Amino acid sequence: MFRNQYDTDVTTWSPAGRLFQVEYAMEAVKQGSAAIGLRSNTHAVLACVNKANSELSSHQRKIFKVDDHIGVAIAGLTADGRVLSRYMRSECINYGYTYESPLPVGRLVVQLADKAQVCTQRSWKRPYGVGLLVAGLDESGAHLYYNCPSGNYFEYQAFAIGSRSQAAKTYLERKFEKFPESSRDELIKDALFAIRETLQGEKLTSSVCTVAVVGVGEAFNILDQATVQALINEFEISSEEAPAAATAAEEAAGDAAADQGGAAAEEEAAPMDI
Amino acid sequence: MTKEHANWSPYDNNGGTCVAIAGADYCVIAADTRMSTGYSILTRDYSKICKLADKSYMASSGFQADVKALQKVLSSRHLIYQHQHNKQMSCPAMAQLLSNTLYYKRFFPYYAFNVLGGLDSEGKGCVFTYDAVGSYERVGYSAQGSGATLITPFLDNQLKSPSPLLLPAKDAVTPLSEAEAVDLVKTCFASATERDIYTGDSVEIIILNAKGVRSETEQLRKD
Repeated sequence: MFRNQYDTDVTTWSPAGRLFQVEYAMEAVKQGSAAIGLRSNTHAVLACVNKANSELSSHQRKIFKVDDHIGVAIAGLTADGRVLSRYMRSECINYGYTYESPLPVGRLVVQLADKAQVCTQRSWKRPYGVGLLVAGLDESGAHLYYNCPSGNYFEYQAFAIGSRSQAAKTYLERKFEKFPESSRDELIKDALFAIRETLQGEKLTSSVCTVAVVGVGEAFNILDQATVQALINEFEISSEEAPAAATAAEEAAGDAAADQGGAAAEEEAAPMDI
Repeated sequence: MTKEHANWSPYDNNGGTCVAIAGADYCVIAADTRMSTGYSILTRDYSKICKLADKSYMASSGFQADVKALQKVLSSRHLIYQHQHNKQMSCPAMAQLLSNTLYYKRFFPYYAFNVLGGLDSEGKGCVFTYDAVGSYERVGYSAQGSGATLITPFLDNQLKSPSPLLLPAKDAVTPLSEAEAVDLVKTCFASATERDIYTGDSVEIIILNAKGVRSETEQLRKD
């Protein structure tokens, strides 16, 4: 993607039928630090890499509790993510007030997607520069959705977004078939492995990552550092072989939709056309 | 030339009595479980107590539809607070929120007579008492509802809680032990049940202390 004369306005189409501003917004997501999500039939896990700007500053919060049954991990412009989280929380509270029951995850992501779409069709707005992994539990089970700046959303068995997310996706693609029946702890373990993949050799400690879980009988909660470190120690000692690096063989996925909006920046196909 | 009065009222009174007593390190909040309309009983088993936060419980008598709406509004506001501040609201904070919420509808009030009980940030018991439009005060004990006029003089006699306006400032909590306070509450309701037709069936008692919360139910006369 190079600078061209059709990319100034979000309301300007390119001759090839692309909205460059929206695509640039999706680039912003790829620049953010990695966030991954995976789910089984009963639980959904979110994990993200927390890189602080300097040793003096605190980590940026990338995982937000939206309601007891829904949480979100973000990548990209975290300020946009914070604002969208506030919107999601507000929607959940209002739905709960009116219907005295939890907002189904699928409804929330549609509202979120519609909100994102508005910003792709107003000349005085810009698209949100953040990708959201929405993990939640409702009557139909555990869900994981990815909402992107274009206003599209997809349901996934497992997904990763942000920088070096392809490494995590490769790992998840090898393992996703067993996720539906995985236990809560196995899911968390796989999440931590996937995060480790994005660190490309850097040591995985609980100070660089955050993990959150939601599931049957368990409200959405962010695991505390001590718990995460204990889990890291547990599986790093039991010699599990590091998954093979760059053989990105994209297996025809059943549930995990192969990610087009992410890695391979093809010049021909617009990333939103999936 | 007499003015025509409405033959429909948006309000109803579902009766009932609420009491709360603050102790040095506990708080007792109690309400009967009878819900009435006119001279009829709607149900003998209705809870007038609502948990607003870990350390704030509200008991409300009056028009239960308004009470329910008020409870929902406060619960939603508490959720927002938790998202923003990452912690539960303290009881004094909830007290102020309740007052503001009531006054917000100053010109079409919630027909709710509230008593808020809980533990303050020092762990001491606190009780706040309200009128229908949000005027409130922290006190050592309070009663609201149809049996309040029968219970309050009795509590005045038993608890002799000094006013916070006295100098030097004294704690508005009773020196009674938790068990004694619970017993006192049961006595209050037993007495009120005798003479107030809207109070009876059973009393739900919530006891809050440093260890957590527990609940007791005591049967009352059903007539």
